[in-house]
Amino acid sequence: MNFTVALAQMSPKLGVLSENIELHLNIIRQAKQGGAELVIFPELSLTGYILQDLVPDVAINPADTSQLHPLLEACREIDCVFGLVEVSDQFNYYNSAVYIAQGKIQHIHRKLYLPTYGMFDEMRFFAMGENLRTVQTPFGLMGLLICEDLWHPSTIFLHAQDGARVVITLSSSPARGVRGAEGFQTSQGWECLLKAMSQFYTIYNIYVNRTGIEDGVYFSGGSMVVGPSGEVLARGSSSGEDLIITELDLEEIRRTRLFTPLLRDERLDLTLRELSRITQQLSGSSRP
Amino acid sequence: MELNSQLVSEVLASFVRDELNKAGFQRVVVGLSGGIDSAVSCFLAARALGAENVLAVMMPYKTSSQESMSDAQTIVAKLQIKSEVVEITPLVDGYFFSQSEASSLRRGNAMARARMIILFDKSMEHRSLVLGTSNKTELLLGYGTLYGDMASAINPIGDLYKTDIFNLARYLGIPKSILDKKPTADLWVGQSDEEELGFTYAAVDELLYELIDRRVSLRGLVRQGFNEEFVQQVVSKIRSSQFKRRGPVVCKVSPRSVTHDFHYLRDWGM
Repeated sequence: MNFTVALAQMSPKLGVLSENIELHLNIIRQAKQGGAELVIFPELSLTGYILQDLVPDVAINPADTSQLHPLLEACREIDCVFGLVEVSDQFNYYNSAVYIAQGKIQHIHRKLYLPTYGMFDEMRFFAMGENLRTVQTPFGLMGLLICEDLWHPSTIFLHAQDGARVVITLSSSPARGVRGAEGFQTSQGWECLLKAMSQFYTIYNIYVNRTGIEDGVYFSGGSMVVGPSGEVLARGSSSGEDLIITELDLEEIRRTRLFTPLLRDERLDLTLRELSRITQQLSGSSRP
Repeated sequence: MELNSQLVSEVLASFVRDELNKAGFQRVVVGLSGGIDSAVSCFLAARALGAENVLAVMMPYKTSSQESMSDAQTIVAKLQIKSEVVEITPLVDGYFFSQSEASSLRRGNAMARARMIILFDKSMEHRSLVLGTSNKTELLLGYGTLYGDMASAINPIGDLYKTDIFNLARYLGIPKSILDKKPTADLWVGQSDEEELGFTYAAVDELLYELIDRRVSLRGLVRQGFNEEFVQQVVSKIRSSQFKRRGPVVCKVSPRSVTHDFHYLRDWGM
């Protein structure tokens, strides 16, 4: 099965929902014109990334999607993944990604791993997600992740075990490290990780990273599609906005797994046994 | 490891363009001294915005060296940017007329602040923003005047060490006369940064990179071969100049204070 995906490498306006919704609508229109069946935006694409005290001001409760109405309407004939601040009935705020199909929210992934170190301060403003579920799409089972989630390989491991053939990572990754000839150190890290994860799990990885600058923090784009044997199939600009439209062939997954049936050979019972031993040991003794 | 000058110059040019345009401006003013830092800032701005959108302001004091002025003019001619000369002597001497005992440090600080007054005034006159020229070495060592040369609206070179600036300057094609001369704040005749600091930029940048960027411990630095006394001297300079890198301290008495728990970026809504 083939399908066409658009990676919307864009730069939202910090904290201005209405303008960002317009921006999404324009890009969705272009993606449709380019023949895309699914368009994917970066992490917090509706709001911008370093929101801090703006978090409650731009939050949306999925029970009331009136603000999203034009966006949902635009996604009747095209599926869409975008990032937003979600507020729950308990007034917890989540850094979330939604999968939209047929004009409705089909699935919400709440970011599980909130970086709170160095330049990052997410846990100060957001609550952590508690679940990881795949989503049934017209293009088969997929898994959503948000940025730091992918740096914890357990997340993509679980998605792959749960049947995801495509894992989508939405990102707002600040570029860092400019020594040496090879571009940003962080971009190299992402590419290395995405290739390895595709190889480990023989799945497609779609990575959509934003561009633009927030108070001198530079987001370097470099969105990409990595095929099930770890090859980069499409790549966005490393310096600005871009719309990458490319076709994915799910047959490649079947073919790759004939050569490397790693997923078939996975020993979940063994992993689970050892994990419960380790968690018991860790809870029994204070960690060093 | 050497800076990737091509990547950095592209990123910094887009930084200048993006932050400026978001704030609703098209132009910058830069205080051009004839030294390498302001030359690099100017080159980056001209790349980002086009020569017609960069105004270089030369602000000599009566003791400033003629060489500084002619180097500044070389840059203006090479980039074909607009320029103005504003003498700060009347402004500075007008105050020190009644402060005849003032030390050269006080006078130097006043010169840096006089230049700040002019740059911010020019930025208002030309509806533009003041482009910063402080590098990471100076910012860490506190080798700059608070509310003087440290003041700006956006600073493209604040995360580059002095040695990085030299590499970038070579890449950008900055004239040799500027690359080759001894770094100086030119606040008094014959002043030299490295003599005043007591070490070379090459030595301190190597240490700062390990200490700040790589967070190597003091013991690790000594094990790497850095002189312990030198390390202590630099650490103490960083600590004692922390006040220059922060805004004024406000006493928190309300549930939500502008200075303590009012967390918004400057790019809020941009």
